[in-house]
Amino acid sequence: MKKISVRQAQVEAIDEEMKRDSSVFVLGESVSTFAATGIFAGLVDKYGPKRVRNTAISETAILGGAIGAAVTGMRPIASLMSCDFMGVCGDELINQLQMRYMFGGKAKLPLTIVASSGAGVSGAAQHSKTLYGWFMSIKGLKLVVPSTPYDAKGLLKSAIREDNPVVMLAHKMVGRLTSEIPDEEYTIPLGKADIKREGSDVTVVAIEFMVHRALAAADKLQQKGISIEVIDPRTLVPLDKQTIINSVKKTGRLVIISEEPMTGSAAGEISAIVAEEAFDFLDAPIKRICAPDTPVPFSPVLEKFWMPSEERLIKAVTEIT
Amino acid sequence: MAIEKEKLIEMYRTMVRIRTFEERVAKEFAEGNIPGFVHLYVGEEATATGACANLRPDDYITSTHRGHGHLIAKGGKTKRMMAELYGKKTGYNKGKGGSMHIADMDIGIIGANGIVGAGIPVAGGAALSAQMRETDQVVICFFGDGATDTSRFHEGVNMASHWKLPVVYAIENNLWAMSTRTSAVRNITRLTDRAAAYGIPGVTVDGNDVLAVYEAVGKAVARARRGEGPTLVECQTYRHRGHSEGDPGTYKPKKEVEEWMKRDPIPRFEKKLIEMGVLTEKEASEINQAMLKELDEAVKFAEESPLPDPEETLEDVFA
Repeated sequence: MKKISVRQAQVEAIDEEMKRDSSVFVLGESVSTFAATGIFAGLVDKYGPKRVRNTAISETAILGGAIGAAVTGMRPIASLMSCDFMGVCGDELINQLQMRYMFGGKAKLPLTIVASSGAGVSGAAQHSKTLYGWFMSIKGLKLVVPSTPYDAKGLLKSAIREDNPVVMLAHKMVGRLTSEIPDEEYTIPLGKADIKREGSDVTVVAIEFMVHRALAAADKLQQKGISIEVIDPRTLVPLDKQTIINSVKKTGRLVIISEEPMTGSAAGEISAIVAEEAFDFLDAPIKRICAPDTPVPFSPVLEKFWMPSEERLIKAVTEIT
Repeated sequence: MAIEKEKLIEMYRTMVRIRTFEERVAKEFAEGNIPGFVHLYVGEEATATGACANLRPDDYITSTHRGHGHLIAKGGKTKRMMAELYGKKTGYNKGKGGSMHIADMDIGIIGANGIVGAGIPVAGGAALSAQMRETDQVVICFFGDGATDTSRFHEGVNMASHWKLPVVYAIENNLWAMSTRTSAVRNITRLTDRAAAYGIPGVTVDGNDVLAVYEAVGKAVARARRGEGPTLVECQTYRHRGHSEGDPGTYKPKKEVEEWMKRDPIPRFEKKLIEMGVLTEKEASEINQAMLKELDEAVKFAEESPLPDPEETLEDVFA
C-alpha cells in the first residue's frame, strides 16, 4: 500500500497505460510544460513530446484531432483542462463523437477526455461547473466521476482501455486528497457503484466531492442515531442503478447530493429512476440537495451558499426520518 | 504531365457516375422516395474526381454535407449509397446516417458531415494518427468556401501546419454559402490568401478542370507524403443546383448561371478527351449509358432492400 493523491493516482494510471499500449498518447494545452503538479507530471520526460503533445489554445482542434486519431487506430487522451471549456468544442462533443452510431457501428472511438470539475476555489462561473446533467444528455459518451485516489486510478485505466469516448472528471476539491492504494496493478470497471459507507435508515447518493460531505454528515447523523448508507455511483454513464435501488429497498429513503443546479441534473435523473422502479419501497419523498438554478458565483461567501453543504444534507435526512 | 489513358477514362467515368447519381437522387427525392434532405454535388464533379485520383485505397478523406461526389470518387459504391439514402438496412450506415453521414472506414471515408467545417480538425487527427503510426497515408479534407470562415478552420490548419501533418485541404469554392454570396461576408476573394497565415503553400485552381485539380492536389499529396505538411488547394467551381433539393436557387443571377454552365466540367473534359484521341464519342456515350444502367440497378437495390428493424435504433451506441 502507498498513500497518494487523486492527481498522483491519475498520473500513475496514464503512465501505466502509456507503457502498456503504444497507441495511447496525450494531447492538450500545456500538457508537457505547465503540468508539474498536474495529471501529466513527468510524463513528457518518460515518453517524449510525440506522445505527450503540447497544443495551441485550440479546444476544437484538440478534441476534433483526438476523434480523428481515435477513429484511425490511436487511443488519445485529450486534456481539456476545466470541463467548463468543453463549450468551446461543443460540436465535437455533441455531434462529432456520435460517429459510431451515425456510421451504423462501423467506427470505434477509443478516446478519453480528462478535465477538472467543480466549485470551491472561487473559480466563478466559467471555471467551476460540473455539467453532469449536460454530459449525461449526450448519447454515446460515458462519464466517470471519481471521489478517491483508489477510484480515480482504477477508473481512469478502464476509461483509457474503453473503445468508447469517456469524459473523466476530477473535482478540484478532491485533487489533492490522499488515501492508500495498492502497489499492484488494478482496474475498476465502469458502471459499478461503490458503497462508501453502509447504513440502514437513509440511502444517500453522493457524487464526486459531495461523497466527502456525505461521509462527514454520516458521522454527525450517527451521533443522532441516524444511520445513512453513502453510495458513490463512480460513473454516471453507465449508471449502476441496481446498487442504488437495492439500497433504497433496504432503507426506504433516498437523498441525492450533487453539486450542480437542480434543473436538468444527474440528481433529477437518479430520483426519476428510483421513483419509477422502486416507488413501492419508498417510505418518504425523495430529496435532492443540489445547487440553486444560477451560474456559479465568485465571492467565497456566495460560492459557499451555492455549493450543497453538509448542513443541508443533515437537515434533509433528519426531515424524512 | 503524362497521364495514362486508362486513368483519364477512369476520371471521366467517375465524373459521369457522380452526375448520374446526383440527377437520379434529385428525381427520386422529388418523387418522395428519399426522406430527409439532400445537398447535391452537380457541377463540382471535377474537384472530387481530380483530387481523389491521387489517393490510395488506404488514404483517408473527410467529407461534407455535399458529400456524394467525394464518396464516389473515393470508391464508394452507388448501390450502398442509394440504399442509405433510402434509409435501408443495406445502406452504408444501416439506415442510421443518411445522406449527410455516409461513411466507409474500410476505404478511408471518415464520413460526410452535417456540420460545416467539422471535418477539418478530424482530418488533422487522422493525419496525426498516420504520422504517429509511421505510415505514409495522407488525408484529403474537403470543405466549402463557407467552412474557411469558421473558427475550426483556424484551429485545425494551425495545428496541422505546426505538426507538418499529412493533410491536403481541398476547398470547394462554389461562390455560395447556402443563399449568401460568400463575397458578401468576407474581406478576401482568393481563399488561398489564408495560407500565408499558417506558413503553408496555397494554390488556386480551376475546379472545373479535372486535370488542373488532379495536378495541383497531386503536388500537395506528394508533399504531404514526404512529411512536409499540409497545403491549401482552392478549387473554383460552381453549384449548379440550390443549396439543398427544394431550393430552386433563384437568388443566383441568371447571367452567372449561364456563364458557369458553359464551363460545366463534364462536357468540357469529354471534349478534351476526344480531342486528345483518348476517347471517342461512341465510347463516351457508352460510359453514360453504363452509368444510367448502374443507377437503375442501384435504385432497384435500394427499393428492394429490407428496412431496418425498428429495434435496431438501440444498437451501435457503444462498442
